[in-house]
Amino acid sequence: MRKEKDKDNDMTTNTKQISPSGFNESSAERGRGASTLFDKIWDAHVVSTIEDGPTQLYIDRHFCHEVTSPQAFNGLRERGLKVFRPEKTTMTADHNTPTKDQHLPVKDPVSRRQLEAFAKNAEEFNMPLFYPLGHEKNGVVHIIGPENGFTQPGMTIVCGDSHTSTHGAFGTIAFGIGTSEVEMVLATQCILQSRPKTMRITFNGRIKPGVTSKDLALYMISKLTTGGATGYFVEYAGEAIRNLTMEERMTVCNLSIEMGARGGLIAPDETTFNYMKGREFMPKGEDWERSLAYWKTLKSDEDAVFDKELVFNADDIQPRITYGTNPGMGMGINESIPTLDQIDEAGRISFKKSLDYMGFKPGERLLGKKIDYVFLGSCTNGRIEDFRLFTNYIKGKKKADNIIAWLVPGSWKVRKQIEEEGLDKILEEAGFEIREPGCSACLAMNDDKIPAGKYAVSTTNRNFEGRQGQGARTILAGPLVAAAAAVNGKITMPTP
Amino acid sequence: MQTSNNTNNSYLSSQTPPSGGWGAGSLISSVVPLPIENVDTDQIIPARFLKATDKKGFGDNLFADWRFNKDGSPKTEFVLNDPNYTGEILVAGKNFGSGSSREHAAWAIAGYGFKVVVSSFFADIFRNNALNNGVLPVVVSPEFLAEIFESVNKDSKTTLKVDLKSQTIINNATGKSESIEINSYKKDCLLNGFDDIDYLLSKKELIEEWEKKASTAH
Ligand code: SF4
Repeated sequence: MRKEKDKDNDMTTNTKQISPSGFNESSAERGRGASTLFDKIWDAHVVSTIEDGPTQLYIDRHFCHEVTSPQAFNGLRERGLKVFRPEKTTMTADHNTPTKDQHLPVKDPVSRRQLEAFAKNAEEFNMPLFYPLGHEKNGVVHIIGPENGFTQPGMTIVCGDSHTSTHGAFGTIAFGIGTSEVEMVLATQCILQSRPKTMRITFNGRIKPGVTSKDLALYMISKLTTGGATGYFVEYAGEAIRNLTMEERMTVCNLSIEMGARGGLIAPDETTFNYMKGREFMPKGEDWERSLAYWKTLKSDEDAVFDKELVFNADDIQPRITYGTNPGMGMGINESIPTLDQIDEAGRISFKKSLDYMGFKPGERLLGKKIDYVFLGSCTNGRIEDFRLFTNYIKGKKKADNIIAWLVPGSWKVRKQIEEEGLDKILEEAGFEIREPGCSACLAMNDDKIPAGKYAVSTTNRNFEGRQGQGARTILAGPLVAAAAAVNGKITMPTP
Repeated sequence: MQTSNNTNNSYLSSQTPPSGGWGAGSLISSVVPLPIENVDTDQIIPARFLKATDKKGFGDNLFADWRFNKDGSPKTEFVLNDPNYTGEILVAGKNFGSGSSREHAAWAIAGYGFKVVVSSFFADIFRNNALNNGVLPVVVSPEFLAEIFESVNKDSKTTLKVDLKSQTIINNATGKSESIEINSYKKDCLLNGFDDIDYLLSKKELIEEWEKKASTAH
């Protein structure tokens, strides 16, 4: 089945090219039978195919940050190359930046040097879309893309960061790449990629009140495990997905990579178009109308065949937490950690190592467990709706004394909106403060590191050993569970 | 316009194979066993080492938090600190290289001196990053992997032969072998020290043509 499909694609992809902006001819209309949304976007971006090799794919939008790009710019310099299409790359400093006093020189000299190199590269290569520290459009790369209208349905999008999958919420093929590939995109606006297989994950029903899209995603990852979608590009579908807001959809797509998927996407609909309309880099006037007509065609054909289909029931999902050192090691907040006999033999060494690191025991329940830190932020849960949810829960309550809380907006725009809505006042009254935007403790490259041995309930995406600081113990959760932990000082069911 | 069928790989002819790369086409080496599953790139190279702006020196911090105590002294129980286990082949549990897309992970592995990583399963991005740095990810069956761990357990001097040309991996302790899956394009790249950017640069005209068509298609 799959083989045939591949062959079909190989034969047709080069014969007809379609515009990534405003074309309106679907693969189905080209007489190739039913296609998935992924197939349609992919096929429209094939520049060439190498026999028994990868496909040369055109990239519409490239996002770039200071940590995974310096070696790529060095590569260009060594080869004597220019950036091929500078206006198609958006640059923001986020990974390695302080979340306090961004107007002052960065204290850590190594971080400072990396940020300076980033600015120097932007200047030397004439990059027009460069948003350094403090710029009104600065923020976490996957937050500022959609926020400013860089992210549009039907696009191919890459970035030297695995959570590029976030942009899939708009019906794009968006995925993370390595630095060699960053160099390729800078030099040619193309990369070489093998075509992934397609998977559709359908969520029937609706998530219950008090359950967030983060819980839905953590549920899915624990079902699939961290390698369960490796080799696949996932389309999310079903009533529960349709009913999510754009920001909630971004959270789901963001976490696609945590089950190994190349990326995840959701067909655009009215929710998408309403979110996009009027954003700075969106098409305007007639162009908007023309684009809209095209975007409306972006969905999988009714009889499209996926390489794999999974169906879940969203009604079943409870607020969730993780207990181990990968995002697949998760459970409902009132459930117990698996016992050893529930783990297959090959996995036991890793399972034990993981629980040792976390200081947990097989079979233990974590409800009521005392914790030390709460982190709200990251490209997973650092948007305005996350801050609204968190604040709403906190309102009229107080931060627990044993908790150190870092609330880090995903961008300056998010922070501004927090202030405009007065959320900062409510949070301050409850004993919290809002920091300045960046990746912060999501990967702890800056000063925001959770100390060794301490427990953090974190709205981020990875609970890997040391991810949030050497020896830090991360419990992943949604913003509501984080809020409940922040006011109770322990893991608590977030009932209002 | 048909642009595939680059099987003759004429674009390779001007390239000189890198010294010490896959030019020889095969490799026999003892192995470093790491029977842990889901080894993520944050373990391979922790984020605090990502501040460099060049590709050098990452090998020194490969598996830093498993390998060194806080004071920088080696953790003797970790396999990289055990003189019994050396070689150019790292053998790891399933789902190796999951997590972050940081190519620094591949630079760390290559920088330390590994040319091959063997596992029963690799994360996608890591796999690409490894290949782009001359490190060959070899996928073997779970049984073959378990057997390597067993052989090495019995005799730490056990060697594997990884033959890229014939696409086979042999456990020299048992004589058993499996085939190595790799597409012919990537194989050529490794054997000839050619990279994707060279290929893409040779396609500039095609890219411009594509852009033109894209902008006039409606
Ligand atoms: S917030 Fe975390 S996951 Fe997102 S881009 Fe930054 S480091 Fe990567």
